[in-house]
Amino acid sequence: MSWGFVLALAATSYGFKALGLVLVGDRTLPPVLDRCLALIPAALIAAIIVNDTFAVGKHLQLDARAAGVGAAVIAAWRRAPLIAVIVIGAAVTAAVRALT
Amino acid sequence: MSKWWRDEQLRAVVAACVTLGFAVGVFAVSFGVTSVSAGASVAQTCVMSLLVFTGASQFSAVSVFGAGGSAMSAFGGAALLAARNSVYGLAMAPHLHGRLGTRLLAAHLVLDESTAMAAGQDDERHRVAAFWITGASIYLFWNLGTLLGAVLGSAIDPTVYGLDAAFPAAFVAMLWPLLRERRSAVAAAIGAVVCLATIPFVPIGVPILCAAVGVVVGIPAPKEATP
Repeated sequence: MSWGFVLALAATSYGFKALGLVLVGDRTLPPVLDRCLALIPAALIAAIIVNDTFAVGKHLQLDARAAGVGAAVIAAWRRAPLIAVIVIGAAVTAAVRALT
Repeated sequence: MSKWWRDEQLRAVVAACVTLGFAVGVFAVSFGVTSVSAGASVAQTCVMSLLVFTGASQFSAVSVFGAGGSAMSAFGGAALLAARNSVYGLAMAPHLHGRLGTRLLAAHLVLDESTAMAAGQDDERHRVAAFWITGASIYLFWNLGTLLGAVLGSAIDPTVYGLDAAFPAAFVAMLWPLLRERRSAVAAAIGAVVCLATIPFVPIGVPILCAAVGVVVGIPAPKEATP
C-alpha cells in the first residue's frame, strides 16, 4: 500500500463528510428540503440495521446476528436503556453463535 | 456541554458511547492487524485511522489489498462506502452552525453513529452535544485500537463476543425514538426495504445510499401547516 493511496482515500473520505455540511452551510433551506433532510437519519439508519443484520458482502443471510438484533428490537420496545440494548444484542448473538 | 453528568439524557449518551466504544475498539484492533498483514506499515495504518476515519471503508480497502486486489479496486470500494457520509452531512448541516473551523472539525466526525445518536435526541442542545460526544469518543477508541492492533499484531475475533451485532443493536435503540413520528417511521420502512432489495444487485455500500429515497415522504406539506 502506498502513501498516495492512504492520502487519496483520506481526502475522498473527508470530502464526502464535508460536502453535505458545506453545501448547506448556514443557508436557510426551503421547508420542503428541511422536511426531507430531517428524515435522512431514519431512512439510512434503518438501512444500516438491515444491512449489518442480513448482509454478507452482496448476499443475504439469516444467522446469529438476526437473533441478536431481534432481541435488541424487543429490548428497545420494552424501553431498555441504550446501553442495555447494545449489550443484549451482542450477548444474544454470541450465545446463538456459540450454540449453533 | 458542561455538567453533562447532571443531565440524564447526556449521561445515557455517554454510557452508550463507552459501551459502543468498546466494540469500536475491538474492531479497530482487528483493523490494525488486518491492515499490517495486508502490507501496510504501522504508520500508514495509524494515519488511515486518523485521517480516513471511516471504519467500513478502511476495512474494505485493506481486505482488497490483502486479497491481492489492485489499488483502483480497493479505492473504488472504499469510496462507495464513504459516500453515505455526504448524506449524513446534509442531515447534520442544519444543526451544526458556528465558525467555519468548528464546522470543518465537525465534518471529520460525521459518521453513522454520531448522526444516529444526534437524531435520537429530542432537542437542539442535546442533538449537538450527542453528536460531538459520540464522534469524539469513537475517534478516540478507533485510533487507540488501531495503534494497538498494528503494533501488537494480535486481535480477538469480534464475532466471538457478538460485537458485530453491537452496531445494528445500537442503531435499533437510536432509531426507536424516531419511529414515534409517522413520517420517520415510513421513511425508515422504505429505507430498510430498498436496502434489502438492492443488496444483491449493486456494489457494497450503495444499498445504504439508495435507502435515502425514503426521504420522499417529506415532500408533501404536513396538513396542520396549511392554513
